[in-house]
Amino acid sequence: MSIKHALLALLSEGPKYGLQLRQEFEAGTGQVWPLNVGQVYTTLQRLERDGLIESDDDTDADDGPQKRFRITVHGEEELDQWLHTPPDLSQPPRDELVIKVLIALRVPGVDVGEVIQSHRRYLVELMQQWTRLKEDEAKFDLSFALVVDAELFRLDSVVRWLDAADGRLKRADFEQSFPEAEGSQSAPGLPKMRRRIGVPR
Amino acid sequence: MSFLELHDVAKIYGEGASQVHALEDINLEVEAGSLVAVMGPSGSGKSTLLTIAGSLEDPSRGEVTIGGAALSHMSRDDKARLRRRSIGFVFQDFNLLPGLTAAENVSLPLELDGLRASKAHAIALHMLDELGLADRAGGFPDELSGGERQRVSIARAIVGERRLLLADEPSGALDSTNGEAVMRMVLAACREGVAAVVVTHDAQLASWADRVMFIRDGRMVDQTSKPMGPETLLARASQ
Repeated sequence: MSIKHALLALLSEGPKYGLQLRQEFEAGTGQVWPLNVGQVYTTLQRLERDGLIESDDDTDADDGPQKRFRITVHGEEELDQWLHTPPDLSQPPRDELVIKVLIALRVPGVDVGEVIQSHRRYLVELMQQWTRLKEDEAKFDLSFALVVDAELFRLDSVVRWLDAADGRLKRADFEQSFPEAEGSQSAPGLPKMRRRIGVPR
Repeated sequence: MSFLELHDVAKIYGEGASQVHALEDINLEVEAGSLVAVMGPSGSGKSTLLTIAGSLEDPSRGEVTIGGAALSHMSRDDKARLRRRSIGFVFQDFNLLPGLTAAENVSLPLELDGLRASKAHAIALHMLDELGLADRAGGFPDELSGGERQRVSIARAIVGERRLLLADEPSGALDSTNGEAVMRMVLAACREGVAAVVVTHDAQLASWADRVMFIRDGRMVDQTSKPMGPETLLARASQ
């Protein structure tokens, strides 16, 4: 999460105060990513140091003199470049769930199908909670909807991977048990076994 | 007592060496007002479960009760009457009659059950209006979008006094926005007291349910616990 660029985006709408930026950041992320005041001011100091924003003292503010920040031309260029640069997704992340399933394959006596199911159940329970948030449409503003959708699609992709892993393992088990069955349509008991273990024809 | 109950249900096709056990030891209870999803891959037996729960097929063993009445004690005519009056079906391919308008598709089950055509039509129009489809009432299925067609098929499934909704991959052919609209309708029907079972392989669709049962090779292998409230989730996200 780039707080730096999120603050630049908020300032691209016009000059703002530090506390105002914090409130708008949290509202813009559906309250899912809270931000403390210290993070806001530290980031603003760095942005000012790098010439991406500038500040002035607003002596007419309601709560006494306050620093007001505005984006510079250099800041607008930086924001535009960041928006159009895809994040680096070229390297697969070290996914703990993938590692657990791979390790389960090597441990004698472990039912990998059960390991997969316990993760699947947990993920679906999490998805149920996120989906509950969608139920009350009145509280469901656009930013929040996008955050909830992103989380649901992310969790869904993991469930799909578990389903695919489950299917591959079954197929591997079957081929190990009946090595002659592959390519041999006349193998005794094959149609029945295929149906029972759910292997597509 | 739950509105729909399946006790030790099994379904076996074929005989002798060619027997296929499509379902084994299935126990399922669905209370009025709740939505249960049965999640599993293709060939796991979930569609067979739905046809048995809807009295379209008899189990080889076990018992199904709907609204407290055991299906094994009913004649074919009794079951047909039960389906017309109490059970609504929704399928992935909509199953709307192409020669009838949206309103006529929705009013058809009421007319088949003996209601006067004008009254059935009025009820259908009211139902379509409640579901935001009033302006599509006169449209034929091929004039409707996929999302509209599925919403009409849900209207048909819950019109009248239907208390049980059985859906097989109801949003399978739709994009995520239309799929979500369909599941909102199913959930709204449940909140009005309908008991619903949705079978699916899709976790996003299943996640609308109050409870998700997992089926593998014809057996229920697991189920979700009662979901925690959204507050728990947001508190965790903000840590």
